[in-house]
Amino acid sequence: MAQRAQPIIGTTGIAAGGFVVVAVLLSFLGIGLRAELGRGIEPAEWAAIRFTLQQAALSALISVACAIPLARALARRRFVGRGVLITLLGAPFILPVIVAVLGLLTVFGRTGWVNTAFEAIGLPTLSIYGLHGVVLAHVFFNLPLATRLLLQGWQSIPAERFRLAAQLNLPPRMVRRTLEVPLLVQVVPGAAALIFVICLTSFAVALTLGGGPRATTIELAIYQAFRFDFDLARAALLSFIQLFLAGSAALVALWVIPNIPLSAGLDRAVRRWDARGGLQSAIDACVIALGSAFLLLPLFAITLAGVQGLPQMPIGVWKTAGNSLGVAMLSIALLLAIALPMAGWISTRRAGGAEAIGLIGLSASPLMIGTGWFILINPIADPVPLALPVTALINALMALPFALRILVPPMRDVLTTYDRLSRSLGLNGWPAWRWLVLPRLRAQIGFTAGLTGALSVGDLGVIALFADPDRATLPLQMYRLMGAYRTEAAAGAALLLLAMALALFWVFDKAGRWHAEA
Amino acid sequence: MRRTLLATTLLLASQAGADTPVLTVYAGDYFTSEWGPGPMIEAGFEETCDCDLQFATGDLLPRLLLEGERTKADVVIGLTSDVTAKARATGLFAPHGQDNSALTLPIEWTDDTFLPFNYGHTAFIYNETTMDAPPASFDALLEMDDDVKLVIQDPRTSISGLALVLWVEAVYGEKSGEVWTKLAPKILTVTKDWSASYGMFTDGEVDMVLSYTTSPAYHMFAEEDFTKKAAIFPEGHYFMVETVGKIAQTQEPELADAFMAYVLSQDFQQMIPTANWSLPAALPEDQWPEGWAQLALPEKVLFYSEEEAESRKDQAIETWRNALSQ
Repeated sequence: MAQRAQPIIGTTGIAAGGFVVVAVLLSFLGIGLRAELGRGIEPAEWAAIRFTLQQAALSALISVACAIPLARALARRRFVGRGVLITLLGAPFILPVIVAVLGLLTVFGRTGWVNTAFEAIGLPTLSIYGLHGVVLAHVFFNLPLATRLLLQGWQSIPAERFRLAAQLNLPPRMVRRTLEVPLLVQVVPGAAALIFVICLTSFAVALTLGGGPRATTIELAIYQAFRFDFDLARAALLSFIQLFLAGSAALVALWVIPNIPLSAGLDRAVRRWDARGGLQSAIDACVIALGSAFLLLPLFAITLAGVQGLPQMPIGVWKTAGNSLGVAMLSIALLLAIALPMAGWISTRRAGGAEAIGLIGLSASPLMIGTGWFILINPIADPVPLALPVTALINALMALPFALRILVPPMRDVLTTYDRLSRSLGLNGWPAWRWLVLPRLRAQIGFTAGLTGALSVGDLGVIALFADPDRATLPLQMYRLMGAYRTEAAAGAALLLLAMALALFWVFDKAGRWHAEA
Repeated sequence: MRRTLLATTLLLASQAGADTPVLTVYAGDYFTSEWGPGPMIEAGFEETCDCDLQFATGDLLPRLLLEGERTKADVVIGLTSDVTAKARATGLFAPHGQDNSALTLPIEWTDDTFLPFNYGHTAFIYNETTMDAPPASFDALLEMDDDVKLVIQDPRTSISGLALVLWVEAVYGEKSGEVWTKLAPKILTVTKDWSASYGMFTDGEVDMVLSYTTSPAYHMFAEEDFTKKAAIFPEGHYFMVETVGKIAQTQEPELADAFMAYVLSQDFQQMIPTANWSLPAALPEDQWPEGWAQLALPEKVLFYSEEEAESRKDQAIETWRNALSQ
């Protein structure tokens, strides 16, 4: 496809991308203003860099490898409760780490359900602590995301393709080769890169499940430099390393994604003639059961603890829930304002490398961005009243790479498929968004908004640095309860948080798919 | 129109502010929640001062360091002894102006800048219903079966974790490396902060958790649960204290001084134990709230001065990291 006039012009997108870069770089500038030159990278930090890369790569590979059969099974089957299951499967992704870790330990810990069951039937018990534990926890967090991204890809294959395959009587192996593999090649690298970057910035999970200082990540070193040693130069240096690793991973992944337009179908409901066999159904059922058990058992543990804690939850927690809801709404608005034009811009480019810009917000430690902005704002204005808006902005920046990953592939398809039609109709600029892009991307926009809202509700973010008493968010209040021995009340708050995040996700996701096939 | 409205609001707000003087107190994040000590302190002090006490919470030291001379704080409450060196180095603090002899700490306190308001000691907490033979000394802890599992906090990210490595350093000195090697197989894992460790302990994932000698008090007085105990070691326990400091350039020096005096008052000292689950810094034991004297406390208390802790810290953390990374 030659580069010609496109229905969407990239200027706003470039501006949005530029805003992201500036927002992050300015925060580094803020830190730079206050930093004093320090030491170089020390051996212990090289070890941390190595461990970080190792666990992030393993986590990304395994998450995606598990997500492929799960997404395929979910794409091929229709059953009662499928929609609810897909929504629930997304929950681990938005849990605050401390809640997720305690939930995982209830199931997989030394005295957890799995080991109790093993002991009862005479099997040796398993230890979760070690590199495998870190990977297990990261897969728990990210498998849902990978599954959703792949599932979305699967659902973008027009129903007519499967119909044609059935008419040609292609065996499952050939369906895989002609329809599914090309799709995976497009979706898997991006999903893997995204998970890799998320795991790069992991810290508390890696330390706790890794079993000690062997499992030290770069983010821990950043936290230590910043919070404990107050060595801003060191924190900035380490953040740059993290940003560099994340950026390289993203660029590699995004540049290898081939641009294969899928072309549109007639939006008919998908029927899978190739997956009717008994063995196929059995395998799919097995995969769905295993995947759901792995993801839902810890959630069940969290819910169980939470229900007991709810009555002990102080009233003030509800007020912070209101604050969190406000932050989430603002985050969604900011995110859509940045992500939609950026996705439009990226989709009109031949290579996808520009999407890497979206990753810098996620890979730069939020602690760094928050601190940088604090330093910049402080001489001009009181940063405290800005705590919530800044949190919302940082949450939006963190959700941006997910949003782009969700929006760019279908937007590329829409632009390619309707290129001729829209040009012959002279459809350009806002009308093109209004009549072509937004209606066709409604499902993805709803998903993006829901994901951002849920992420934002669950994120502790930068608020801890300068939250004033009236501006606490729900996660912050939950951490405060835990810090004051009120473990049960904190479990109640965690349940409230989980319910809120899921509800937000569900509402937006549902609104996007209203009258549309899931 | 909107601008006029804004201007009017600002005007009204500043006029209201001009009537009563405001004392801005920076406090640790946990302080001002409805179950924390903040609301009681605010109510108690405002009764005596005819002023408006306003808390600002957040990460105390990072925030002070970032704000520097521009800080709006008049008083800072909740600085732990491991950060007082850095806080002192900012030059922002003035002498506290109170008489240290009023203090009832188990150690001698000579600092004239940072005034202690409550304290505790590091300790391993266990549940007596699940652990029949708790260690009676630090040596006994080292000799325990490796099946007994502990959870501790990371000294690189947590104050209590740092206190633990200093504790080991104070008890064992040059033998610290061997001590950590002996402890390593018993340490189930290390967490970023105290909360995660304590959550693992109450969930039954570990037998013992690194916490404070005052932790059983919460269970005793808030939950009527008498099964959680601190293992008391004759080798001694590391002392941890929280302090309050006065900002030198405060616009409200009299109010700030009044607040410093209030911190040592009986009113404040009697409410701090159950509000902050710590021991009062200036209250004889016979005046502690009911039941608090039953708490098992160590005979011997270990503590490094600011400079000494600073000079030993890096090496102690390195020893810890090496032994636990094997």
